[in-house]
Amino acid sequence: MLKTLRTNDTALMILFSLIVLAGPLILAPFGAGYPDLMQRFAIYGIFAIGFNILFGLTGYLSFGHAAFLGVGSYSAVWMLKLLSINIVPAIIFAVVVSGLFALLIGYISLRRSGIYFSILTLAFAQMSFNLAYSVLTPITNGENGLQVELDDPRILDSATGPGQLPVPSLFGMDMSSTSVVHFLGMDLQFNVGFYVSALILIAVFYLSLRIFRSPFGMILRAIKSNQTRLNYTGFNSRPYTLTAFVISGMYAGLAGALLVCMDPLAGPERMQWTASGEVVLMTILGGAGTLVGPVLGAGMIKYFENIFSRMNDVMVHDWFSALPGWLNDVLTNVISPFLGSGWQMSLGLIFMLVVIFLPGGLVEGANRIMNRVQRPSKSGPVSGPVDRTTTANSKES
Amino acid sequence: MGILEVKGVNKRFGGLLALDDVNLSIKENSIHAIIGPNGAGKSTLLNCFIGKLMPDTGTVMFNNKSLLGLKPYEINQTGISRVFQTPEVFADLTVEENVMIPALAHRDGAFHLSALKAMARERDIREQAEKILVDVGLQDDRHQLASAMSRGNKRRLEMAMCLVQKPKLLLLDEPTAGMARADTNNTIELLKVLSDAHEITFVVIEHDMHVVFSLADRISVLSQGHVIVEDHPSNIKGHPKVQEAYLGTTETQ
Repeated sequence: MLKTLRTNDTALMILFSLIVLAGPLILAPFGAGYPDLMQRFAIYGIFAIGFNILFGLTGYLSFGHAAFLGVGSYSAVWMLKLLSINIVPAIIFAVVVSGLFALLIGYISLRRSGIYFSILTLAFAQMSFNLAYSVLTPITNGENGLQVELDDPRILDSATGPGQLPVPSLFGMDMSSTSVVHFLGMDLQFNVGFYVSALILIAVFYLSLRIFRSPFGMILRAIKSNQTRLNYTGFNSRPYTLTAFVISGMYAGLAGALLVCMDPLAGPERMQWTASGEVVLMTILGGAGTLVGPVLGAGMIKYFENIFSRMNDVMVHDWFSALPGWLNDVLTNVISPFLGSGWQMSLGLIFMLVVIFLPGGLVEGANRIMNRVQRPSKSGPVSGPVDRTTTANSKES
Repeated sequence: MGILEVKGVNKRFGGLLALDDVNLSIKENSIHAIIGPNGAGKSTLLNCFIGKLMPDTGTVMFNNKSLLGLKPYEINQTGISRVFQTPEVFADLTVEENVMIPALAHRDGAFHLSALKAMARERDIREQAEKILVDVGLQDDRHQLASAMSRGNKRRLEMAMCLVQKPKLLLLDEPTAGMARADTNNTIELLKVLSDAHEITFVVIEHDMHVVFSLADRISVLSQGHVIVEDHPSNIKGHPKVQEAYLGTTETQ
């Protein structure tokens, strides 16, 4: 059992890496193969994986996780402004600062659990948003946002190109540089920024896998399952939840830093409660407590945000051009409110369907399909290569 | 000097005196039952042992160390495990993991975060868990989710979770409550076997007389918050004070 689990984990890791690295090839047919969106997929995947370590394992629903994303972004921009346009120090600094910030907020918020914890984190995030928006303007540049400027000191590499805004880079490789390959009638865009994010995504996915499988992860799951029992079993759960909170905050800080590395601008809206809510949606949509779920959920939401929002009624009209005119009009009128600026309506609809019919998220859906396919050959419950904890979740609900 | 010494414990809830000058001395490696009619204060007393309630006055000493004011996990770390009235397990975890967690707590203390060390020794913990699961007869279910178990098996699992910590004192709060007769007898057998095999002091809170008289070495009878008799089971059965407490008498106060 143990051995098969480990081999399954290896298979999962290899499969995951391949899919992520083949991103431009896989996403191009869906119209999502452009650098900006692919970077977002990877970065929000990191954000959601980190959130899932807290919410998926311990069950503590933080409703203010965007605060760490924002803190990560601001710290990274400051590093790019003051030290070097190289992204490495920016990322390290952002992770450290957001970790410290998470330690502070977590120490206070984790005194309560359940809804009170959620409200406390929400309050802290809104406070951070307001601080960034107005009070701390000297540090955050208020509502205009903080960005890299021409007269930044940049101690290590101020000599770069006078009169030209520098682009964040990794030892000389610009994040924005992209090489286009023509393949099967598609333009595949291989972008440095995406591959940097993708490699980090794979690394932090591996880290989360190790956390899930470790005794530490087991204790976190026990906290979600029965915290009272855990206390009577001789564990003080607070340090464990706090550690999970800090790790999760550092993931968020890393994501925030990467956002800035791709586009060196940090604004307060990144910390707003809607951004905190978004990562909750991502995790639940994909499957809380599962390994790949949060990445799927993040991809899905970012896809909707970027692709559905660009569709309009003229396009819908074209899709149904083969139908009789009146039917075409009816369909267009029914469907088009869910596209364009109404993309959130279709996302909401999908979210409702998933929560009602697939409480374990998209991963549960995938598991069900796999079980159905495998049933003729194998009997009994299949724990599948995708995830062990998903089967646990689906049985419970 | 007993392993658990309770002296002069009082606990008042508003106008109700739930515990009235309770004194107990529990001998090491015995099975000590605390019985009494409903509302006698059995659970209140237990809650004073485990850090859930703080007595108004009095002392609770375990191995010459006061338990008062300690948090539940600190009390557990002193060597006291407890079994709940309704079996409390980690429902979303497998049976084996359920036992590994207390084993980790026993080995590492209340908080331990050396991930590498923990990983290297994960195998010891797993072996310990498997051994205990054999003892309680759950070895075949170890990869099942705890939520899928029957109530009787959950009780067995809970016993395993306590035993893996090698506690000095095991508190059982109505271990057979709500069980069918067959399950009750199984539980009694299990407890007997365990008490012979391990050097553990058992404190059993129970109102099922059948269970108490088949198990206990010594019985304390609690009535209206006061220990009215403490003696061997054979002397308890016909004791007039006990009959009075359970059946009531014609006299009223």
